[in-house]
Amino acid sequence: MKARITITALVALLIFCAGYAALFIAPDEATMHAIQRIFYFHVASWNAMFCAFFVAFYASVAYLVTGKRKWDALGVSGVEVGVMCCTIGLITGPLWARPVWGIWWTWDAKLTSTFILWLLFIAYLLLRGLVEDPEKKASLSAVFAIFASLDIPLVYLANRLWRTQHPQPVIAGGQGSGLDPTMSKVLLLCLFAIFCVMILALMDRYRLELLRNEAAELRYEIESRGLDASDGQETRALQKGAQ
Amino acid sequence: MTTARAAAIILAKELRLEFRTRELLTATVIFALVVVVLFSFAFDPTAAESRRYGPGLLWIAFLFAGSLMLNPSFAREQNNETLDALRMSPISNFAILLGKILANFIFMSLAELVLVPVFAVLYNLSLAGIVWRLILVLVLGTLGLTVTGTVFSAISAHARMRELLLPLLLLPLLTPLLIAAVESTASLFAEQPALDRTWLAFLAGFDIVFLTASWLLCDHLLAE
Repeated sequence: MKARITITALVALLIFCAGYAALFIAPDEATMHAIQRIFYFHVASWNAMFCAFFVAFYASVAYLVTGKRKWDALGVSGVEVGVMCCTIGLITGPLWARPVWGIWWTWDAKLTSTFILWLLFIAYLLLRGLVEDPEKKASLSAVFAIFASLDIPLVYLANRLWRTQHPQPVIAGGQGSGLDPTMSKVLLLCLFAIFCVMILALMDRYRLELLRNEAAELRYEIESRGLDASDGQETRALQKGAQ
Repeated sequence: MTTARAAAIILAKELRLEFRTRELLTATVIFALVVVVLFSFAFDPTAAESRRYGPGLLWIAFLFAGSLMLNPSFAREQNNETLDALRMSPISNFAILLGKILANFIFMSLAELVLVPVFAVLYNLSLAGIVWRLILVLVLGTLGLTVTGTVFSAISAHARMRELLLPLLLLPLLTPLLIAAVESTASLFAEQPALDRTWLAFLAGFDIVFLTASWLLCDHLLAE
């Protein structure tokens, strides 16, 4: 418990330093000025998202191979945290694009693929909410996560092949090739900070899922022994809370 | 019993079940027709505009119709728990899945057989000279749709609100297939019809990836 609080405090300090560095230490960008500073968190959230979804994919495969419930818990944690990072990226992107490109959104290959990725994993979370039986929930959502992960390269490839056949004037105004040395140091710090936040959220979510599983098992035990005759209402309330 | 023979028996069962009533097939065709009619209000259906939007419209109609039609494939096994009976029979899980995929593929193809000529008439597009190439595109696209759709039908059959869940799972996953199918159909409806090999290869790749994944994962999909 004490270790967890220490780690959380350290990560909070780290993200504070990263925010300070991105806002005050990184040099001003020549054409975009202050708005460019969102880039440090935007890129970092994509990086964290890919790591989280990779964890989810790995955990889904591991669940189907071993059948151990802890892998299922890690899988759902990976997806939830990945969706969180994806949402941050999808919000910071248009915030930057509006002043720089002049539009909130363009159906470019990367943007479209990410949006579909987000939809796919939202569907994963919906699926989990709609299946009652825990065993079924775990195996079916693992199968879906693997299908969705296989689909991602195909989505990106299809959009790349398709959009490159059309002119896309807006995207060329994006980041230039070279980064200022201070900028890349700040970017590295932000990448690391957001990655740590992601890992922390992932670990907390994983622990929560394990506790929920344990609580569900205990409740099942109580019910199967017929011990809940007096406080059935409370049990139902607990069940509702756990879902 | 070999997988092929077992799959053929499942296929025969599915076909017999459907052709007793033909409910599913009729409903699918009519639904797709409704979508096709509704799209005529979304743009001005002149010949030039139809060439631009037609292929996309056609495939979106197929995808919507498919995501509804594929739902009963496993859901109707739930009613009398007949899926357990299928699992108890001495055949592999992949044979069950394959039989259902083939059955859905046939239903979807039959629906398309009716819909494509009607669509061509309504939107003034000519099928002359492109029939065989179009059939190739339709077969590859429909195969991808039915493979993923049948697998997801097995997933959504265990969920609440399954009729709503299946399109939610299926349609985002099918976007690469949609792009590839629309682009290859569009190149056939162009002024100079041509078969786009890149997109055709992409469609075939999509089919292979998900057919392989279904084969590898079917034991977990249909597990007790």
